Amino acid sequence: MSRHAGMQQDAKPRAPLWGWMAEFGTADALLDAARKAHDAGYRRAEAYSPFHVEGLAEALGSRRTHVPAIVFLGGLAGAVGGFFMQWYAAVVDYPINVGGRPLNSWPMFVPVTFELAVLGGALAAVLALLIGSGLPRITHPVFRAKDFDLATRNRFFLCLRSDDPAFEREGAARFLDSLEPMRRIEVPA
Amino acid sequence: MSMNAGSGRGAPPTSADIGVLRAGWGYASITDKIADLVLTRPVRWPWLVAFFGTFLGTLVLLGAIGYLFVRGVGIFGVDIPVAWGFAIANVVWWIGIGHAGTFISAVLLLLRQKWRTSINRFAEAMTLFAVAMAGLFPILHLGRPWFFYWIAPYPDKMNLWPNWRSPLVWDFFAIAIYLTVSFLFWYVGLIPDLATLRDRATTRAKRFAYGVFALGWRGEARHWQRFEIAYLLLAGLATPLVVSVHSVISLDFAIGNTPGYHSTIFPPYFVAGALFSGFAMVLTLTIPLRRAFGLYDFITDVHLDHAGKVMLATGWLLAYGYACEIFVAFYSGDEFEISMTIDRWTGFYAPVYWAMMFCNVLVPQLLWFRRVRRNVVVLFALSLVVNLGMWMERVLIVVSSLHRDFLPSSWGLFIPTFWDWTILLGTLCAFAWLFLVFVRVLPSISISEMRLLVRESAERAS
Repeated sequence: MSRHAGMQQDAKPRAPLWGWMAEFGTADALLDAARKAHDAGYRRAEAYSPFHVEGLAEALGSRRTHVPAIVFLGGLAGAVGGFFMQWYAAVVDYPINVGGRPLNSWPMFVPVTFELAVLGGALAAVLALLIGSGLPRITHPVFRAKDFDLATRNRFFLCLRSDDPAFEREGAARFLDSLEPMRRIEVPA
Repeated sequence: MSMNAGSGRGAPPTSADIGVLRAGWGYASITDKIADLVLTRPVRWPWLVAFFGTFLGTLVLLGAIGYLFVRGVGIFGVDIPVAWGFAIANVVWWIGIGHAGTFISAVLLLLRQKWRTSINRFAEAMTLFAVAMAGLFPILHLGRPWFFYWIAPYPDKMNLWPNWRSPLVWDFFAIAIYLTVSFLFWYVGLIPDLATLRDRATTRAKRFAYGVFALGWRGEARHWQRFEIAYLLLAGLATPLVVSVHSVISLDFAIGNTPGYHSTIFPPYFVAGALFSGFAMVLTLTIPLRRAFGLYDFITDVHLDHAGKVMLATGWLLAYGYACEIFVAFYSGDEFEISMTIDRWTGFYAPVYWAMMFCNVLVPQLLWFRRVRRNVVVLFALSLVVNLGMWMERVLIVVSSLHRDFLPSSWGLFIPTFWDWTILLGTLCAFAWLFLVFVRVLPSISISEMRLLVRESAERAS
């Protein structure tokens, strides 16, 4: 794919850049680097790690996510929709008098209402995770960075994006080098 | 290690021995160990033998189902008055087995139990396959299985709705949603590991296959943040769900007024039995898996010990359920309840009853001993005994209650036929076959969570 195109451009001194990436060996080093990047004014910096690093997203300036609220709404929709479905069926659309029992026999509607609330919440959780994260997205510029496959194994990466207002090609490179990473990697555009 | 510039500061951590994880593992080594079981480990003959053996059993199951659909449920031993036989007992048994997987992955996550980490993935796979087996039986036992979808609410031309006051309808929702949510929970947990397999795949085909299912996961910090919250909330949703599912199934019985069904102890008693049999199945699968893949550093004697303790505790809850049923039968003074209880002790199915007591109440008392809980051979044998005992319990509840209800003129017996046994054993084969495929295609242990455990163990040691 564009992997080969990117390699050819490497020879040119001013190949277009998606960003600079710095590689670290530990989660703490990445966390420290992420804080410094945020302090240095990089607002669109990204960090990649092979497991969830507590506080990393916050260090990059991420505020709290909307996932819990979305899950709550999903569960609520499941519960309300589920109860409405049963009420509508039993009271409005198909009322049957069974020994004079009330049509809106709500205690008997509780199990299905509950199950549908769980289903609504679970679907909302998965959708909130995927849509919020812009996934599925099979291709992404960072995959073009050399050895980025280690991000799902044992290495930690900090990426300064070229579309960051604070990004300036040489300055960003100097900044990353000052963090003493294992190495700095180019992410071709 | 590093070629230029700085060192990336600090050496990567190495795990310390914390009981549930042995010392000496780093992020890279633990990733390679688990991923290579799927990616590079050659196929060996014990797996092949098991794979083809269980595949044959699966084909027999499909053949038997085909024959069942052609001939109808008359090929089973069911008749009036025992119209619920093995098929219903098997649903209850299989669903119960599934419950341990959800309990491990959801409840132990909320309780921050570290021994969960290395067993949750394959326990959840066990759940999915067990629930899939369970889901077959309600359809198989229908007289007209091609109309099974009538239980679902859909805009049909008959202008009918399901009867919302029927526990069988609740059952449909409970099982279908349990399967769906278990799958979502399992799949979300798999996404980071699928990305690892994508990045470490040795062939283009594998990279493509894992890459598609990894959905382009790249481990970005904000994605991880959402992932953690979504995963935790899924666990929070799965926890009451798992309790509700077997409770709803127990209501299929408890709402009927048949002596032996009509009991308020049923929901908690069914859930306790579900966890009891489920943990037995977890041990049945863990012990050979650990041996076959050499996972002794990740699945230690501490895991077996803990699973044994959970079995002991849930076994006692179950024993309380048995005792409570007997007590209430006599305390109520209801002659039908009393005669049903005495019939269980002395009637046609008494051997099943006493074998069940032996398997579910007596034998598990061995788990009081630490040496038993840490002895692989004894524990494996014990897990099989409990699986068998719990299956007998389900059969006993379903069959013995129906065979003698109120009117002596409508008493009868249920004797399982060849096809009852074939379909039961067939689902065991299909379950094992699915599990064998799973351990070769997907990582049996959550790699990303194991990396986190490496970090935590190293921090705790320093």
